Amino acid sequence: MAILILKRIGTMALMMLVVSLIVFLLLEIDKESVAVKVLGVFTTEEQRRLWLEANGYFEPLYLRYFSWLAGFVTGDLGESTVFRVPVSEILWPRLANTAILGVLAMLVLIPLSLLLGVFAGMREGSLQDRAISVVSIITTSVPEFASGIFLVAVFVVGLHLLPGTSTMIEGFDLTQLVLPVAVLVIYDFGYVTRMTRASMAEVMMTPYIRTAVLKGLPFRRVIVRHALRNALIAPFTVIMLQINWLLSGVIVVELLFAYKGFGTLLLEAALNGDIFVIEACTMVAVFVAVATQTIADLGYTLLNPRIRFT
Amino acid sequence: MENHMTRQPLLEIENLAVSYFTRAGEIPAVADFNLRLDAGEAVGLVGESGCGKTTVAMAIMRYLGGNGRIVDGSIRFQDRDLTTMGKEELRQLRGSAIAMVYQEPMAALNPSMTIGAQLMEVPRFHDGATHAEAYERSRELLADVKLADSARLMAAYPHQLSGGQQQRVVIAMALLSNPKLLLLDEPTTALDVTVEAGIVELIRELAQKYGTGMLYISHNLGLIRDTCDRVCIMYSGRAVEMGSVRQLFEQPRHPYTQGLFHCIALPSTDKLARPLKPIRGQLPLPHQRPPGCSFAPRCDHFAAGTCDTPGLKMHEIGGGHEVRCERWRDIDKDAVTVTAPAEAAQAVGEEVISVNDLSKYYAVRDRSVAAMITRRRVRYVKANESLTFTAREGETVAIVGESGCGKSTFAKVLMGLETATDGAIEFQGKDIANTDVQQRSRKQVSALQMVFQNPFDTLNPSQSVGSQIGRVIRKFDSSTDRSKVRSRVVELLDLVKLPRDFMHRRPRQLSGGQKQRVGIARAFAGNPSAVVADEPVSALDVSVAAAVTALLLDIQRRNRTTLLFISHDLGVVRYLADRVVVMYLGRVMEQGTTEEVFSPPYHPYTEALLSAVPVADTRVRKKRIILEGTLPSPLNPPKGCPFASRCQRKIGDICDTTPPPVLASPSGHAIACHIALAELAEVEPVFTVEQADAAE
Ligand code: SF4
Ligand code: SF4
Repeated sequence: MAILILKRIGTMALMMLVVSLIVFLLLEIDKESVAVKVLGVFTTEEQRRLWLEANGYFEPLYLRYFSWLAGFVTGDLGESTVFRVPVSEILWPRLANTAILGVLAMLVLIPLSLLLGVFAGMREGSLQDRAISVVSIITTSVPEFASGIFLVAVFVVGLHLLPGTSTMIEGFDLTQLVLPVAVLVIYDFGYVTRMTRASMAEVMMTPYIRTAVLKGLPFRRVIVRHALRNALIAPFTVIMLQINWLLSGVIVVELLFAYKGFGTLLLEAALNGDIFVIEACTMVAVFVAVATQTIADLGYTLLNPRIRFT
Repeated sequence: MENHMTRQPLLEIENLAVSYFTRAGEIPAVADFNLRLDAGEAVGLVGESGCGKTTVAMAIMRYLGGNGRIVDGSIRFQDRDLTTMGKEELRQLRGSAIAMVYQEPMAALNPSMTIGAQLMEVPRFHDGATHAEAYERSRELLADVKLADSARLMAAYPHQLSGGQQQRVVIAMALLSNPKLLLLDEPTTALDVTVEAGIVELIRELAQKYGTGMLYISHNLGLIRDTCDRVCIMYSGRAVEMGSVRQLFEQPRHPYTQGLFHCIALPSTDKLARPLKPIRGQLPLPHQRPPGCSFAPRCDHFAAGTCDTPGLKMHEIGGGHEVRCERWRDIDKDAVTVTAPAEAAQAVGEEVISVNDLSKYYAVRDRSVAAMITRRRVRYVKANESLTFTAREGETVAIVGESGCGKSTFAKVLMGLETATDGAIEFQGKDIANTDVQQRSRKQVSALQMVFQNPFDTLNPSQSVGSQIGRVIRKFDSSTDRSKVRSRVVELLDLVKLPRDFMHRRPRQLSGGQKQRVGIARAFAGNPSAVVADEPVSALDVSVAAAVTALLLDIQRRNRTTLLFISHDLGVVRYLADRVVVMYLGRVMEQGTTEEVFSPPYHPYTEALLSAVPVADTRVRKKRIILEGTLPSPLNPPKGCPFASRCQRKIGDICDTTPPPVLASPSGHAIACHIALAELAEVEPVFTVEQADAAE
């Protein structure tokens, strides 16, 4: 197991390295455009040359890559060309905001969809199964902005219950998070629910569940002890992928509620050609993707004794 | 059994009818089924797939899935009707008074729970035992089912056990609550014969020890003979004959029962004494069942006006022997012994395949820390080690052995799907051991063809049968034009006795036996001089298998093809092989003519293998040898004789340390063993046929 973890982490590091190389080559190989992006279009050739010179851009490519990489590893991400402050100063708070949103969404999403999925898959074809399946299909097929606007119309405009924006200008305010979290959950729970349901229904058909039932165990025991563990292996992987989705998938929601998160940061950076912010955001996104994948793999192994002990 | 009628029955099934409800409507699976089982009695339920035998067991358990329902009749267990029982009452019976053993032990155990946890649930939930009590009882039962090292097993997961061990665990689980009735659904079908013999022995012993009544479901009449007191034969959802094992095996009355016996090749008798006679036609689908007797379309004794009146009943014909046939009085009860159409022994021609010292090793990378330290990271599985034998023109050579003996690896090397590590296979004068199939000439490929175990996997589902056979023909002979290909396809369909219009059918429209016929037609498309058949009938039902075997044999004889028949079924092997090669752990243990291999001197492994085969003939007495232990890991085979770890005749350390010499008689009968041939010749034969006393 320890070897496996080390191996996975090794692969992960390797993947990050490859991605970093790609990002670097894509964005920095053309020195001129970097200079233009950093200094703006209204600069002279001479100014740009001086800037490039000062920042070591005339060194060989591989040296540039290594110092760029070293900067990344040590947390020196460069300076935002738009805000004129170090990238890390804006990146981390924004990331934290998105993390808060994501964690809250997950806290609602995971128990909700696992519970519904298990209830639906437990008795395939029953009324509860069909009801849950229909609801989850409908909610998943409504895009986030639509459900967002709908919720705003009801709870903000109609009932005046909740604030319509989540700018958090006057400090942290939980009520401002209710609607964004709701939109995320509504959009995503159907997917996880259906995956859980499928997995649960499949497990319920297996001979070992038959064995458990014919052993004379109470139905509760059959579900909790025999079915759940095997049925949750597949959804676990799916849930890990949702974390990944949240990071980029929140853009719409953040925009809709003017929430200062990672998604909006990435969007602004892309629109403004804020090159170092783009680089940093990309690397963060890739890191999350690779990390969740690794955790998913390891978790899968842990949950499945057939792989764990061979 | 004497006072059968007066004793209180444990289980009494009356007029049971079970149907499945699908979109296509109601499909009757079992109808008009009656059965009585006394305490401590063992009743066999026999029939081919689709006959409803498993449905009966599941109806007893009231576990028929979402779409199955008991539509009529009653199932009384200890005087309580199971069909109307409430959920909680049912739960208390399941797994305690009535327990079940399943066909696939691996699938029947929860992969993510330890053996201990799964066992302990039974006493915990049925007897309210404490954790410690439950643990103790479970461990005791593991010892009872002869599993050594029970403490370690309790903590193991199912996949860490061998198939035989898993089935023992399932049996232990069933017996934990001391059931009155045990339902066994093909409990040994997925296991090797020597493992099966151990399990059957165990079941018999335990049932006696605990006085459990058993309903033993199987398609294997030999097993039923070994385990049961009474038998019920099912056909197409109904019981067609019922009686004691003796009655039914010695004087089967129903034409279907008689037909079944004709379909079984026995390892105790050879083909000349007892030819196979397949049942013609095939099982009717539930909605195509004829009115009256459902066996009518396949029956030689059919009489219009009698057999086709609806609602035929069981007739009691004396001594508890019942049969559902209107004409039982007219049918010769001794029809069991058909006379053979005298089969002229075939002269064999010259050598076609000659295997010389062939070895095939697979490298296995060991990634454990221990292996990294000892630097033994690559180890070898010796799948085949020094195989040497020959096959001549027109000869059938059977390669027998249990799973893991290397017979399939050999087939792969022969077919060029793998290349040999060492040694040679000479085929038509050329060494092909190291030429894979792509490098073989078209002639070589067409001359050496294969029939696979699973006809379902080898046919392309989206192409018609005709075009699949046609493609093979064109591959071997590109000069052939369209009309010639077509006429050859017709010829081949005739050869395998399929109707010509099957040309336009797709594989999914065919039954298993028909698919295997197509597989045979494809193999013979290029007029091969040798055909490898890898367990060609083991996936098929008894009556279908008999027909396919007979067909294969017939074609082979007519074309004088060399047939390498890979099988674990010694009955079939005795029936059709001229020579036999017995393999164990990648090595040849014994080879010789069929006559030689099936009579002393035996290699100790052959002897054990033969005695493990259930024989469906009450006149045959069989020596009982139960092998201990499991197959050693091929990664770490014994140093001396490969069979040493399980051998019942092991003579001492020499077996463990020194590979045995090959003792050959002048005729070519070879045995690899340290025991002298003369001594081996002295053991008594495994099978002795009792002279039929007037069992009337
Ligand atoms: S009832 Fe008629 S058709 Fe049926 S088995 Fe008897 S003789 Fe054959
Ligand atoms: S050599 Fe020894 S162990 Fe091997 S079969 Fe002969 S007696 Fe048994």
